Amino acid sequence: MAVQTSAPPGGPTGAVAEAAAGARGISMGRVWGEVRRFPVIPTFILIFLLIIPAIFADLLSPHHSTIGDLDRALEPPGWVSDSQKSQIVVQRVRDKNPNEVSLNNARRNLDSGVATLVDANGNGEVDLGETVVRIQEGGSWEYPFGTDKQGRDVLSRMMHGARISLAVSCLAILLGGILGTGLGMLAAYRGGFLDAFLMRIVDIKLAFPSILLALTLVVAIGSGFSTVIIVIALLLWARYARVIRGEALAIRERDFIDRARVAGASNLRIMMRHIFPNVFNTVIVLATLEVGHVIILEATLSFLGAGIPRPNPAWGLMAADGREVITSSYWIFMFPCLAIVLTVLSMNLLGDWLRDRLDPKLRNV
Amino acid sequence: MQRFIVLRILQGLLAVFVISLIVFALSRVAGDPLAAILDDEAGKEQIERLRQSWGLDKPLHVQYFTYMRRLLTGDLGVSFRWDRPVLELIAERLPATVQLSSFALVITGIIAFPIGVLSAVRKDSWFDAGGKMFAILGQSAPTFAVGLILMWLFAVQLGWLPTSGRGGFKHMLLPGFALGYYNVAAIMRLTRSSMLDVLDTEYVKLARIKGIPEWKIVWKHCFRNALIGPLTYFSLIFAVLITGSVVIETVFAWPGLGLMVIEAINSKDHIVVQAVVMLFALLYVGINIATDITYAYVDPRIRYG
Amino acid sequence: MTAVQTATDTILEVNNLKTYIFTRAATVKAVDGISFDLKKGETLGIVGESGCGKTMTALSLLRLVPRPAGRIVEGEIVLNGEDILQKSEDEMRDVRGRQISMILQDPQTSLNPVFTIGNQLREALGIAHKENKSSMLGRAVDALRKVNVAAPERRLDDYPHQMSGGMKQRVVGAIAMSCEPGIIIADEPTTALDVTIQLQYLRLLKEIQAETGLAIIFITHDFGVVARMCDRVAVMYAGRIIEQGDVRDIFSRPAHPYTQALINSVPKLEERVDRLYSIEGQPPLLSNLPEGCRFAPRCPYVSDRCLETYPTSIQIAEEHHADCWALHPDWEGSPIAEYVAPTGTTG
Repeated sequence: MAVQTSAPPGGPTGAVAEAAAGARGISMGRVWGEVRRFPVIPTFILIFLLIIPAIFADLLSPHHSTIGDLDRALEPPGWVSDSQKSQIVVQRVRDKNPNEVSLNNARRNLDSGVATLVDANGNGEVDLGETVVRIQEGGSWEYPFGTDKQGRDVLSRMMHGARISLAVSCLAILLGGILGTGLGMLAAYRGGFLDAFLMRIVDIKLAFPSILLALTLVVAIGSGFSTVIIVIALLLWARYARVIRGEALAIRERDFIDRARVAGASNLRIMMRHIFPNVFNTVIVLATLEVGHVIILEATLSFLGAGIPRPNPAWGLMAADGREVITSSYWIFMFPCLAIVLTVLSMNLLGDWLRDRLDPKLRNV
Repeated sequence: MQRFIVLRILQGLLAVFVISLIVFALSRVAGDPLAAILDDEAGKEQIERLRQSWGLDKPLHVQYFTYMRRLLTGDLGVSFRWDRPVLELIAERLPATVQLSSFALVITGIIAFPIGVLSAVRKDSWFDAGGKMFAILGQSAPTFAVGLILMWLFAVQLGWLPTSGRGGFKHMLLPGFALGYYNVAAIMRLTRSSMLDVLDTEYVKLARIKGIPEWKIVWKHCFRNALIGPLTYFSLIFAVLITGSVVIETVFAWPGLGLMVIEAINSKDHIVVQAVVMLFALLYVGINIATDITYAYVDPRIRYG
Repeated sequence: MTAVQTATDTILEVNNLKTYIFTRAATVKAVDGISFDLKKGETLGIVGESGCGKTMTALSLLRLVPRPAGRIVEGEIVLNGEDILQKSEDEMRDVRGRQISMILQDPQTSLNPVFTIGNQLREALGIAHKENKSSMLGRAVDALRKVNVAAPERRLDDYPHQMSGGMKQRVVGAIAMSCEPGIIIADEPTTALDVTIQLQYLRLLKEIQAETGLAIIFITHDFGVVARMCDRVAVMYAGRIIEQGDVRDIFSRPAHPYTQALINSVPKLEERVDRLYSIEGQPPLLSNLPEGCRFAPRCPYVSDRCLETYPTSIQIAEEHHADCWALHPDWEGSPIAEYVAPTGTTG
């Protein structure tokens, strides 16, 4: 009884039909849309904040990352000039020691950018009774991001910290990815008890707060570089296993798997030659989506003292060091924290873009 | 409904069992528990006597049952570091953690739901864009960085709030917000997207056709439906709270369980770490069951399904 | 039509209504200058293909065009002598439900899944009658009984997912009619239902109409349903009403080539058909409408004039108008002039 017209029943309305028409073929608009969506700024941030420093840390960093100059401890960043604050310190000094001559001298020295309060003759530190007062107001460009409590250059440490973040995330994701992908493919391919068993473990693993598990593991096997990587890999594998299993289940049903089996290929060969190439895109997308997560995990573990051991310059450790002197020296925690946030933000944006390009069905993972 | 609850509880017990196995296994992987407390000079006999009295000479499965029986009777062992029964330590620290986490949860609820709903109602407005920025940032900032930056800004620079420690309401604000931020961001987005779905449904159209005032449509017809999405993530929210409380208590020197765990880890006090992990696991599983039951209450399709 | 008639039995008059949807890419002219009226107790069918603007017309009448993209840009909707486009949002709520109500396409999704149907029904009743709970309960039961729901007392505590599709649609009907509106818009209310239940539902609507004397605007793409349900019919194509008139008149003398094609495409039981009739081509995009007649690109009788300007309306019979150049008397040798009996052109 329905009207037969050439428009399909429930067919596209004007706007939808137009969108569908636009999707046909490759129009300039579509190419431009793709280009425009490419996350340019995040990519630049990643390159300059993470990748270049990580690779060229030894060449680029102006100072040693773990050995500091105690005389230059807690110097502020280069752009901080001695302003009001130094005058306040001078005022405090005056309250304690009303020696006008040396104070004027000190002020003059402060004005000319010398950071230490010197005596009337211009040498050494002024002894004000019991306390030796050293005024570190202005920073110098020798240490662009300032120095920490042990006089280590924050910038140099951040560059080496980038190397640690990158290395830990790459290795942990590689390890977790191999483990998860392997188990996922195996579960899908074998099915039965093995599948059910693995998936139950995945459920429990995915449900449990990861840091707690990590902390227990760290306590059990002791902290260190390899521990951090293993712990994070153990936290990661479950998601790979579940997603890859789902994909592999679908692929297993396809004809070419049967054909390979008929041709006498071994199980391992079928998995590696036929299933793996088909889930590879997903593995890559999952990996990029995980990088930000892994950087946060590593930084958090290090911050809690259960990750990278001191005196390595991990970002999380630097933030923990900075917390102790947060009232006086913000630069020690601030720059590493901002570096983490910017890196993870950029990585997430890039990962989203890549997912939409390569594997849109992962959107809900 | 009863069958549903029983099933959930059984599943929860299974999870607790598996976790207890893992924790037990890890405690044995960690090496001889005696090595940590005895120094090299301890005589062989003395070690042997302690080993027997702790049951360490028995087979592993017997050890596990002994361990579990002790846990169930409330004997969690004695901390090396504090030299006090772990149960006592936990009883002392738990209220601080519960207080902070509940406050963070309340903050999450108060901020996330209204902003999520309003972002959906005013989709594509400046308000919505701001919410999106806030959420993206929340998913990219580690909890400790949020805590440190908040502390520096509001306690150090502006001097409005205390930097650390437990005290009055003012002490709770910074750690509470820092602990809640990630969840606020996540729930806000979830509420927004499920609210958008709901606003687009036919029953909302029908409600409008009925002539119901818009505020009532949003808060009666949509909100409860939109809640179902974020509610399924409640266990995730709780996981974030547990993880976050460990971090935030460390940042703000908040004397709760999280801080205690970190202190215990730093002094290799395994017994405390295990006990707290088991406790968190139990809590987590319990909350999961409670979530499922609430979920069934909100969505009748599940209750009668 | 004289002014006196309008005052007495016309309850709704729509004049030159335009509802556009503004997207970033283009302006979609979903409803582009339509006019019609509705009398008490009559059923007006609005027929057209998917996406021709039928549903947007319905939503416009309730001023529920999806915001912020959609907007009523021009026209008047005169309900009982008042232009509702001039009303405030608060005043509109008094119109919705109480004066104009609507039954939606899909009963499966029209009811809120988390509230019992009793709750949803009482909510609708509560808007019209502010009274105590027990008498509301009675009213709710009455409302369900009116739409032939068996054992209505027990049904009140059910959730929507516990009911069948046909039952849900009857509940939706009960909700729509709970405030005794003068007009009900039924937007393809039976497309989601089984054929047998469709007929039951249509019969129910007719019964209620006979009892209460309400006017129905029946939106459908199905000319068969139109024949069964409607007194008058308006055919929509690409945002415009291209022909409207008495239902029997239109069936016996469809004037517009599009209407003719639509009616020809309804398979008739008594005739053996070798192949189903279909209209070549696609309807134009509402965001990119042709200059002249919107049907011209698909019309078998197209001429230059059709492509240049939109045809003016021509009267074919009393209450029967169509927009087509081929019907105009100055079209020499019009291919369809004879198809239309010349009564209208002389009058």
